[in-house]
Amino acid sequence: MSKNKSRDLVLSVLLAAAVCGVLAYFQADTSKHSYAISIIERSAIYAVVAVAMNLLNGFTGLFSLGQAGFMALGAYVTAVLTIPVEVRSNVYYMNGIAPWLENLSMPMIPAMILGGLVAAAAAALIGIPVLRLKSDYLAIATLGFAEIIRAFLAAPMMDTITNGSYGLNNIPGFKNVFQPVLIAAVCIAVMVLLINSSYGRAFKAIREDDVAAEAMGINLFRHKELAFIISSFFTGVGGGMLAVFMRSIDTKTFQVTLTYNILLIVVLGGIGSVTGSIIGSFLINGGQEWLRFLDSPLTIGGVSIPLFRPGFRMVIYSILLMVVVLFWRRGIMGTSEFTWNGLFGLFKRKQKKKSPAGGEV
Amino acid sequence: MSASTFAQHLLTGISLGGSYALIAIGYTMVYGILRLINFAHGDIFMISGYFMVFAMASFPWYISLPLVLAGTVLLGVVIEKVAYKPLRSAPRMSIMISAIGVSYLLQNLATYLFTAIPKAYPEIPFLKKIFQFGDISASLVTLITPVLTVILVILLMQLINHTKLGMAMRAVSKDTEASRLMGIKVNNTISMTFVIGSLLAGIGAVLYFTDRMTVYPYSGSLPGLKCFVAAVLGGIGSIPGAVIGGFIIGICETFLVAFGYSTFSDAFTFLLLIVILLVRPTGLFGEAATDKV
Repeated sequence: MSKNKSRDLVLSVLLAAAVCGVLAYFQADTSKHSYAISIIERSAIYAVVAVAMNLLNGFTGLFSLGQAGFMALGAYVTAVLTIPVEVRSNVYYMNGIAPWLENLSMPMIPAMILGGLVAAAAAALIGIPVLRLKSDYLAIATLGFAEIIRAFLAAPMMDTITNGSYGLNNIPGFKNVFQPVLIAAVCIAVMVLLINSSYGRAFKAIREDDVAAEAMGINLFRHKELAFIISSFFTGVGGGMLAVFMRSIDTKTFQVTLTYNILLIVVLGGIGSVTGSIIGSFLINGGQEWLRFLDSPLTIGGVSIPLFRPGFRMVIYSILLMVVVLFWRRGIMGTSEFTWNGLFGLFKRKQKKKSPAGGEV
Repeated sequence: MSASTFAQHLLTGISLGGSYALIAIGYTMVYGILRLINFAHGDIFMISGYFMVFAMASFPWYISLPLVLAGTVLLGVVIEKVAYKPLRSAPRMSIMISAIGVSYLLQNLATYLFTAIPKAYPEIPFLKKIFQFGDISASLVTLITPVLTVILVILLMQLINHTKLGMAMRAVSKDTEASRLMGIKVNNTISMTFVIGSLLAGIGAVLYFTDRMTVYPYSGSLPGLKCFVAAVLGGIGSIPGAVIGGFIIGICETFLVAFGYSTFSDAFTFLLLIVILLVRPTGLFGEAATDKV
């Protein structure tokens, strides 16, 4: 076992080094690889939000659909605080800016953390009434709150802060591709640590059977609230990252469809698997680009195929979601995590079919 | 606000509430029988709007109307057979994700087939005839909606309370297993629920879109959620409750818009949902003792 452990460590370090190498290769010539870089950045951001959603849906068993709302909060806080003071009068040319905000500015990372904290605070408030509800009622109530948050951000009274329907632009972007990947890695690592802690085990107990969990002395409400707040914090940070990535946002960015996209990632990756969510995020966001040909007219041998036109890719994605739910409910990873043993087990199984199932722990 | 403007808004609100009520019945019946929020119901309603656009392009209204209703019913039943039936014994989260998936699929399919640009909804000439009562003017569709809603609900109540099919529906929603043992064909009963729900959504779509005049791929999602709230407000599983809930939400929304709070009209609906779930989770007319909360 110790031999395997050191082997796994070496492999993990190698993998991390390889990832850094690839990123450095892309970073060396940003103009040439801008496409790849944008895919990687977007995937990293969605991975954070998907893991945060998984923490709630997969590990605690609370089916929440409020992600878009918390992302909106994080995105707006980050955007408002990081837009350079010099250009603010241009951004807010229609409505003017609130006087207290005029010179208030922050570097990117503290702004993201603050965005996460605002989202977490909102979650703490929302959680008190909402977490008493179960399954589909919880889903619809959180969906409702996401819409309320969006309406609040778009409200005319908030115009001097959120710039209303004009949205915010001129948000400074990421300096390099390492930045978003590193932030995402730190966020996901913290969530993994949480899942592996005693709190994480309590969350899983609640997922499996809340009555039994309560009988074992787990305070249901406190743990549900904690999971909700932490998930919302990282969703808010993810929203902040999305604002920095997109460089301009408005409330239309954060509609229910955004939540559905993240749900697709979580379901595809496997509900209850962190690595599954990360893989799902890279597959879906990569697919956005690889499947771009689906959206452009295709001609084979002089005959244009009428199926391929804008919007076809999203149809394929929604069919994919249906197929996964109907026929392949465990998704890519099920509830298990990626392990080197599992990977080698996979190869071994392919070589000789009789070898025991790979040690997926 | 003068008396006549008030009456004018009230009339608009009641009319909107009528179409909401017809959609809300679909939610409440499906939830009563399957314990599932049929997220796709609002999108069935939207697709029904598109059916009408294309049917009216080639047929007069008296042929289009039955065609559209038949198409809507077929869509509802196919969705039930393909997306919900295989998941009867699956965990609740899976069937909910499946419902969201259908909704997502219908929206994307509509965007793909008909583009995101709003399409003009065809006018059925006699429905747009304007009537004038003193200061108040209203088109026939505004007047006809609440009346038609009430008539349909009375018919539906007769069906549920006094026919064999209705008895089967009530039995399945009380206890699926026991009713199967009693020889009720559970799957057929569930399909019939979808037939009725989709039929009413189709009628609701004609009334709603004749007033709104355009259809676009997302025009079903928000009304759908609002109608679900209406169903919860009235007490999920209760048909008169859904109707009253629909009227309340329609009237409240119209007045919020009239007073200039249109940004908050959607948020208000969800606020109402949360308040109802906390204060009276069974809704206004709901039966007690379910496991919602």
